[in-house]
Amino acid sequence: MTKGTITVDGKTIQLEGERNLLEAIRKARIELPTFCYHSDLSVYGACRLCMVDVEGKGMVPACSTPPENGMVVRTGTEEIREMRKIIVELLLASHEHGCTTCAKSMTCQLQALAKRLGIKEVRFKARGPQLPVDTSTPSLVRDPNKCVLCGDCVRVCQEIQGIGAIDFAFRGSKAAVMAAFDKNLCEVDCVYCGQCARVCPTGAITPKPEIDRVWKALEQKDTVVIAQIAPAVRVAIGEQFGLEPGTTTTGQIVAALKSLGFSKVFDTSFTADLTVVEETEEFIARVQKGEKLPQFTSCCPGWVKYAEQYHPELLSNLSSCKSPQQMFGSVAKEVYAKQLGIPREKLFVVSIMPCTAKKFEARRPEFSKNGNPDVDCVITTQELALMIEERGLAFRTLEPESFDLPFGFKTGAGVIFGNSGGVAEAALRYAAEKLSGQPLKNVEFTAVRGEGAVREAQIKIKDKTIRVAIVNGLAGAKKLIAAMRKGEASYDFVEVMACPGGCIGGAGQPVYKDSSVRSKRAKGLYENDKMLQLHKSQENPYINELYENTLGKPGGEKAHGMLHTHYSNRKRISDESIELTRPAGEPKLAVNVCFGTGCFLKGAQGVFKALADHIEQEGLSDQVDIKASFCFEACNKGPVVKIGDRRIEKCTPETAKAELKKALAARK
Amino acid sequence: MPAERPADKEFLEKTASDYEKRSARVTKRVILCAGTGCVANGSLKLYDEFLRVLAEKKIHAIVELKEEKEGVFVSKSGCQGFCQMGPLVTILPENIMYTKVAVPDVAEIVEKSVAASGVVDRLLYKDPATGAHCKGTAEIPFYAKQHRFVLRDCGTIDPEDLSEYIHKRGYEAARMAYCDMTPAQVCSDMLKSGLRGRGGGGFPAGRKWELTRVQPGPKKYVICNGDEGDPGAFMDRSVMEGNPHSVIEGMLICARAVGADEGYVYVRTEYPLAVKRMRKAVADGEAAGVLGDNVFGSGQGFKLHVMEGAGAFVCGEETALMASIEGKRGMPNPKPPFPAQSGLWGKPTVINNVETLATVPLILLMGAGEYAKMGTKGSPGTKNFALTGHVANTGLIEVPFGTTLRQIVNDIAGGVTDDKGKIWPDGFKAVQIGGPSGGCLTAEHLDMPMDFDSLKSIGAMVGSGGLVVMNKNTCMVGIARYFMQFTQNESCGKCVLCREGTRQMLALLDDIMEGRATWETVELLKKLALAVQKGSLCGLGKTAPNPVLSTLRYFEDEYRAHVEQKRCPAGRCKALVSYSIDAAACKGCTLCARQCPVNAITGERGKPHSIDAAKCIKCGACISACKFKAVKA
Repeated sequence: MTKGTITVDGKTIQLEGERNLLEAIRKARIELPTFCYHSDLSVYGACRLCMVDVEGKGMVPACSTPPENGMVVRTGTEEIREMRKIIVELLLASHEHGCTTCAKSMTCQLQALAKRLGIKEVRFKARGPQLPVDTSTPSLVRDPNKCVLCGDCVRVCQEIQGIGAIDFAFRGSKAAVMAAFDKNLCEVDCVYCGQCARVCPTGAITPKPEIDRVWKALEQKDTVVIAQIAPAVRVAIGEQFGLEPGTTTTGQIVAALKSLGFSKVFDTSFTADLTVVEETEEFIARVQKGEKLPQFTSCCPGWVKYAEQYHPELLSNLSSCKSPQQMFGSVAKEVYAKQLGIPREKLFVVSIMPCTAKKFEARRPEFSKNGNPDVDCVITTQELALMIEERGLAFRTLEPESFDLPFGFKTGAGVIFGNSGGVAEAALRYAAEKLSGQPLKNVEFTAVRGEGAVREAQIKIKDKTIRVAIVNGLAGAKKLIAAMRKGEASYDFVEVMACPGGCIGGAGQPVYKDSSVRSKRAKGLYENDKMLQLHKSQENPYINELYENTLGKPGGEKAHGMLHTHYSNRKRISDESIELTRPAGEPKLAVNVCFGTGCFLKGAQGVFKALADHIEQEGLSDQVDIKASFCFEACNKGPVVKIGDRRIEKCTPETAKAELKKALAARK
Repeated sequence: MPAERPADKEFLEKTASDYEKRSARVTKRVILCAGTGCVANGSLKLYDEFLRVLAEKKIHAIVELKEEKEGVFVSKSGCQGFCQMGPLVTILPENIMYTKVAVPDVAEIVEKSVAASGVVDRLLYKDPATGAHCKGTAEIPFYAKQHRFVLRDCGTIDPEDLSEYIHKRGYEAARMAYCDMTPAQVCSDMLKSGLRGRGGGGFPAGRKWELTRVQPGPKKYVICNGDEGDPGAFMDRSVMEGNPHSVIEGMLICARAVGADEGYVYVRTEYPLAVKRMRKAVADGEAAGVLGDNVFGSGQGFKLHVMEGAGAFVCGEETALMASIEGKRGMPNPKPPFPAQSGLWGKPTVINNVETLATVPLILLMGAGEYAKMGTKGSPGTKNFALTGHVANTGLIEVPFGTTLRQIVNDIAGGVTDDKGKIWPDGFKAVQIGGPSGGCLTAEHLDMPMDFDSLKSIGAMVGSGGLVVMNKNTCMVGIARYFMQFTQNESCGKCVLCREGTRQMLALLDDIMEGRATWETVELLKKLALAVQKGSLCGLGKTAPNPVLSTLRYFEDEYRAHVEQKRCPAGRCKALVSYSIDAAACKGCTLCARQCPVNAITGERGKPHSIDAAKCIKCGACISACKFKAVKA
């Protein structure tokens, strides 16, 4: 750990083990501009915006320079100012100028930086023709014309998610970020978590908007439009309206949705409670039978797709429970529509989610009936904020309203679902009581809380120890599964959420850069839990009522039909051996048919075709290489065919086949 | 096949004396240059022809030096450097060098110089200055004025014969390093020698080694950077092709000094012959027990891999090169950490250039103090340069640091030539040194002793050692653009300043060359160039603006002519040139009209012709065709 002091623009700064100058300079209350520096990603050093002047060293990038005792740093010399301007101008020149219509307008870091540095003109030339925009996935839009090649998306996909669906291709000014072979995102291993969009400083990757479909549904007179709100939304949307991260605005959200014209507003936390009951029953049954352990959670659609792609062998270990979003969809379309006395097509279910992958999940074919999806439309926290802004609602001063019953009633267990560790904790609150037969007094399982990418806890319930692992970020899941395979680790229950911090860090949430925002949101959800009367899903009276009236026994047949799902292997190549190279050994037998004018006139083409067909039919393609070639200079004796070293003149299809057979036999 | 036991002093001595005995049976030796240039010109065909003719004449030919019988030893060598004059054939012991030898010449050579002791005069090099026939390297000015030190054996020995290398005291230095010296002593010898990295930066090799040596940990790597990518540079290729064991020996010594047990030779894949020769040398080294688990019985092992690069210029940058070895996209990473601290796979790594490593064994053999006496005080030793451009003799040369440009251009290169290759006594305009990352030197620098520091002080650099000589018909703005195009194509695209900056510099140079610029354009170009120079992530980006900055520094008047008068003084910028025919000089011979590919020239026979500017594509065919200098540009 480096100790000592540095001087930043004349101010003395104490070093306390900062990893780089950039972080040390922040302590002088100076925010250097950067595009590519993220404290939770590796240092990339590509944007060159954080260049500072260090006495004796000259210009150095602050992000990749370790602080040393006694350094004298200047951050605002004429040279630095000019360089920053040049960099931003260079980026602007190659960036599409469509700021007013860009999804990232007002949250774009390039735009903000241009303003901050007082860029009045761009002295450089614009880039060539527009590149196509990828709108192939239900979750994300990738517009390479807005890409500044900071590599944040590439690193988050590789380092946090362990996937690497996108990477750099080409060199020089042709360099670009793309999926393999420039395929669309829907054709590669992207799990639609959207973390790339979360870190993208510009509008090059953004969540795919669906607001227009919601507006349209709200206009439909004969359609009942209802909303479900995911737990994580309530502690984040306020950021969009100037509130501190973590501020709970549940009442304002409900009020806003009502103003927008939603007939009922429900809480996904209600079906989270339902998930807890179903999923923990399933877990208890597995523990009792001692099979399919560890049980992996299944509420994160990014993780589910990841498991389907990379670990089909683990699919039976995933809980078969639908996610809370989809449980809500099932209950709404199967139960609520009946209560209203309308067909399911006339009930329009809108989810408000912190997540981009939920858009994909809602479109999975198993979550629809006769072409009508259980959840009709998924919008993100950001999109809801846009709708509120568009309608001109003064969000912060709206009179709070309450959720509608019955699906608006939840316990604290359903609320903490939005945090990494929350699903595990909610399940433990259920399992502890069920397995011990004793009422659970202290509901807070702090051992499963925290921020590490992979966390472990051992919870003792009566005489049984439950080994729990909590993972956020799929790279952590990759690591954990590898350790399990090697026998280095063993668990009973594994919670996986694709996004850092869990749903509160989802890509649909308001844009943030500082990871402390996630901690504040997580704290907000735990406080919500504290404020609620009930903390255990099994105590939710409306859940119990739902089982009594409709679903029957938890984990029973009816509940299973409505609340559980199945998974499919998405591994594109499975268990087949593929011949990548020819087995070493003899090269193919070369067959050449002369196509020179003389031979051609004498019927070489016919011989060639007959021979090629013969090779094809007899399955000899891997032994014989047939080619047309030019003049063997025996024009009067054509057609001439060469099989291996042997030259056959006046060749007919029959003689050719016979000679080929001989030649092949000789090789053996 | 790995050897059963490690090589030792006895093995080296025996190998050398065996070689000595075998070579005593050689009556004459015919050496065919098998460097890439000569191979391209057909030297391998000559090899076959020699064997054929010798057989015909019933002269016993030795192709591999294993035989008991006396005879003529016909062998191939690596690049001998005089590429322009290839294929080269050398006859020993008379030391006759024949140039531009063709297959039909072989019979005559065998008859006169192999069967007898005569000389075929017409195949000797003719000094253009004196017209005299030069018999061997001692008489050919191209060679006589050089100091071939690292290249000494390159071009004489058979690069595929380990025993010949050992006969020339090969692997003796490595044995000393492993058996008689401590790692710290080896590092200190390197420091004392003052050897500086030949890859471009000129960082003292000894310091790099010492930094790596003191790093803790059992796993360290040595990498040889053979990703020579500068246009027109082929120094490293020649060493790898011509004396691959010298590179391996350098790496072995380095491994000893820093405590590495594994190494990589990273060769660009466009050098297939270098790859082949390096691979063979490694295999031979393993078979002989020079490489292995217990090098010279020291207990320290060394495993060497030869890896082909994928042909990106940026992979010559050390951090990008290591990323490439690791199987990642070849993109540089910020330093620190330096490779010495955290290099290949996060382990301490020394990465040196081919030429640097090939120098190492020679330093240990001659003594660091002796070595330091060569060259200049700050830059000891010699440097290889790839000499190209408007000069009489192009090729691979080696001179001590401190040699002046004038010595190279006039004495070794035989003087500046015009575009047709004729000597142009006062045609010198500039030299681009150090490739696309370097800068230009002008007539005022002709007598400056060249070394790392003197070149840096005038905004150029030794770089990897490309030397492109340019005559007065060269447009310096065009040269800057040429190199900028190269760096733009080869920029890895990672950092903004290099990726976008080089693209915009290129666009600004286009504006200047095509008459759209004002002086403000030039000033913006300069500002941008300085920002790219100061702010880029890696050496490629930091040096990319050098051609622009140095041409601006020494040829500002040319830029002014382009933007202020819309005139290209060298007449090279097509957009700024307009062709016309001087009616007074035109004889109406119609030759220009017949040569014009777009029929832009009209006129009656015997009367002055004229050019239709709207049709003219400024190809210059008329100027070349006119015998009366009537066409003006």
